[in-house]
Amino acid sequence: MSNPLKDMEKPDVIFCIGTNMTEAHPVAATRIKKALRNGAKLITADPRRIRLAKMADIYLPLRVGSDTALLLGMAHVIAREGLIDKAFMDARTTGGEAFLEHVKQFTPQWAESICGVPAEKIEQAAVLYGKAEKGAIFYTLGITEHICGVDNVQSLCNLVLMTGNVGREGTGINPMRGQNNIQGAGDSGAIPNNYVGFQPVEDPANQAKFAEAYGRTVDLERGITKVTALDLAGDKIQAMLIDGENTVVTDPDRKHCEKALRALEHLVVIDIFRNETTEFADVVLPATSWGETEGHFTNTERRIQRIRAAVPPAGQSKPDWWIINEIARRIGFQGFDFESARDVFNELCELSATYKGINWDIAEKGQHQWPIPYEGHPGTPRLHEEGFKNGRGVFKIINYRDPAEVVSEAFPIWLTTGRRLESYHSRTQTGRAHGIDYLLPEEVLEVHPDDVASWGLTDGGTARMSSSRGHVDIKVQANPRSPRGTVFASFCFNDTPVNILTGGGYDPVTHTAELKVCPVAVTPVSGSS
Amino acid sequence: MTKNPTEFSLTLDGKTVNFTPGETLYEVAQRHQKDIPTLCYDPRLESFGGCRLCVVRLEGAKNPVASCTTRAEAGMVVHTSTPDIETHRKTLLEMVLSENRELEVSPLRGYASQELTELSERYQARTGRFEGKQSGESRIDDTNPFILRDYDLCISCYRCVRVCAEEEGDYAISVMNRGFETQITTEFGGLLKDSDCTFCGQCVQTCPTGALADKKAMRYSETPGEIIKTRSICTYCGVGCSVDIMTKGEQIVGLQPAMDGPANEGALCIKGQFAYDFVQHEDRLTTPLVRGDDGELHEATWEEALDKAADGFKRVMRIHGRHAVYGVASGRTPIEGDYMMQRFIRAGFGTNYIDNCSRA
Ligand code: SF4
Ligand code: SF4
Ligand code: FES
Repeated sequence: MSNPLKDMEKPDVIFCIGTNMTEAHPVAATRIKKALRNGAKLITADPRRIRLAKMADIYLPLRVGSDTALLLGMAHVIAREGLIDKAFMDARTTGGEAFLEHVKQFTPQWAESICGVPAEKIEQAAVLYGKAEKGAIFYTLGITEHICGVDNVQSLCNLVLMTGNVGREGTGINPMRGQNNIQGAGDSGAIPNNYVGFQPVEDPANQAKFAEAYGRTVDLERGITKVTALDLAGDKIQAMLIDGENTVVTDPDRKHCEKALRALEHLVVIDIFRNETTEFADVVLPATSWGETEGHFTNTERRIQRIRAAVPPAGQSKPDWWIINEIARRIGFQGFDFESARDVFNELCELSATYKGINWDIAEKGQHQWPIPYEGHPGTPRLHEEGFKNGRGVFKIINYRDPAEVVSEAFPIWLTTGRRLESYHSRTQTGRAHGIDYLLPEEVLEVHPDDVASWGLTDGGTARMSSSRGHVDIKVQANPRSPRGTVFASFCFNDTPVNILTGGGYDPVTHTAELKVCPVAVTPVSGSS
Repeated sequence: MTKNPTEFSLTLDGKTVNFTPGETLYEVAQRHQKDIPTLCYDPRLESFGGCRLCVVRLEGAKNPVASCTTRAEAGMVVHTSTPDIETHRKTLLEMVLSENRELEVSPLRGYASQELTELSERYQARTGRFEGKQSGESRIDDTNPFILRDYDLCISCYRCVRVCAEEEGDYAISVMNRGFETQITTEFGGLLKDSDCTFCGQCVQTCPTGALADKKAMRYSETPGEIIKTRSICTYCGVGCSVDIMTKGEQIVGLQPAMDGPANEGALCIKGQFAYDFVQHEDRLTTPLVRGDDGELHEATWEEALDKAADGFKRVMRIHGRHAVYGVASGRTPIEGDYMMQRFIRAGFGTNYIDNCSRA
């Protein structure tokens, strides 16, 4: 997030797109509710009538996968109505003129023809956001889990740059991170293109810095993504070390994923439970769990916070860092002599540009949001206050593209996937918490009541849902949250492995899978009622 | 422009103190370590002024005033504790207590559950002094596994209703009737699961009597041992709410929100509040496993398992080269695990063949 969570109570216009925040980030959503009580206006764009849609002043029910069309239409209106922040654009951005020229062609009527949102609603939303003194944008995987995920994010950036809604309290562009420490995973350098603290691997100066620190020169070429690695499994990739991820259930296109893991010569999995992924492993190593482990999580507002052990480890389980350190030592790699989480964290901070000003002791109270460039620096709750890191904010020319797969005669219905309040990812954890089943005993397919009738389904009955990759049987729930022609399910339940169906395409830049859009057919399973 | 200091000062128990306009007398007194008792007060909520336990003597006013609702004004002369005020408070407490059945309230019931008990001890207030009629009827029919609705203990402070409305924005519960007939209820008087309740547990944590209580934690009421709290961060989503993990001995017995958590300021959702018992679940992996010649996973020692893990990587590196090895870090583990995973790949194999699961 560019802005701190506290800022969520400050905007006068909030634009939520592709985020089911009340279910995925409930405590953050309470701040939005407070902002609304203080008089803020809410625009919600989402294919489904989620809670944020019901709370919204303007609700934009767009067709799944059509976000860029909607956002181009909004940019068109903002430009046409003269709601741009000229001074901001002149002082802090580049490429603005070409962008304003580019969006002239994308009238709200054009946008309506693609995204299905009535043109006058697009006008209203654009004017409301364009006029905001403090406008803040929030988004989640509904924006990124598309083949055009990067385009979607850049379209939002364009809106921010043209209206100058950044670098101030209550503004900004704010992705809400899904997992507790997904921000930290990126920060730590567990990505193919950057060392710790987002230092590009392709920069020879960084190569030299880390050769010195690690005692070994690392390739200058960036690595491949996990998606590519799985594609190459059994071919160029022959061994994997996977930590704490139930790849088989949470990744798209499950059959492909299982085949990939099976093809490996050597697979080592570190986890706290046996799960679908450990079943493919040659070696499974038991990790200590949350509650038993010391360390840090970095949250969505870039805040580094200590986690502490409250109970002793289960059985012989060991911390993740210890396990990896041991494997490295036994291979014979030099420099793996870490004795505590503190040692590991302190090295991380020392080599990171963004965590440089903290260490294990300074981080104790969780007061710092990165970047913290030097010791004594208070941290940076709000990004881009003074300027953009790389000079000017760059407008990007974006065009609408269809999803990787579109509805057809064989697969006439849009499936979109997401999260549920009570359940988390593949449920290895929430599924084992006493009481959660009381609220969410099984997965259901949310179908608009009129579609239930016209497709010959029964509320509470079973349907077979198929895509070009496979099929699942799933219980039908008549639910007006789903628009006509679009159905929804989560991928939380292993006995209803919805990700067998998904995986039609990936964003060419980030390799994020298009989990949000998948054409399917839905037919009743006879004999069910 | 600096104001004349007397413009924003008042006299508190004989001392001149400053205040910020808008502050209540209670807040000013708090800053000066005055221990004014409260029951309907929760610093996160709008002042309500229901219990009147926080009354103070304000010179010039005929009756004592509730400090939690009275805004500080320049020149006020305030006494936070006089014999009259203390007697008044004790009487009020005894009236409140007369509504409740006598019961030891386990601190596992909720974060604020000891407030009434502690006050009655502090004032040595007796129960049963007033002809006790009881407000609120317990809802033993609500068998949800999270929230006990033991309204026999309810003192009608409305903190639960207010936290649900003001902090959560859910408006799942409301107040029905007045006086001894008062009842906290859902719309249509039904079960919580049929209401707008999201089971965030905030009502439980603010209830000063334990009338609303954490059913999951209460499973451990009889477990011997002192309750120890360990500060940590919720393990579910990226908001990063601060929590206190409660343990008795080696058992996790429950979880409470940290009121000073920077991301959540006391709030939690159902996952953070109630979904913790995977940690000590019997399904946990407790020993390393190694695949045997029979194709099955078998328990192994750390020595065996680590050697086998290391040998496999060595072999693959020897046969297929260092670019044949790939590391996948987790967005769930602490950052120390992620850092070590990328270090393993970079410092070990000299490649950038590393990613995490953010793409899934
Ligand atoms: S249930 Fe608890 S919080 Fe709610 S009104 Fe009664 S005593 Fe107050
Ligand atoms: S309590 Fe809920 S909102 Fe807070 S971090 Fe945990 S899952 Fe996220
Ligand atoms: S605390 Fe002030 S009236 Fe209850």
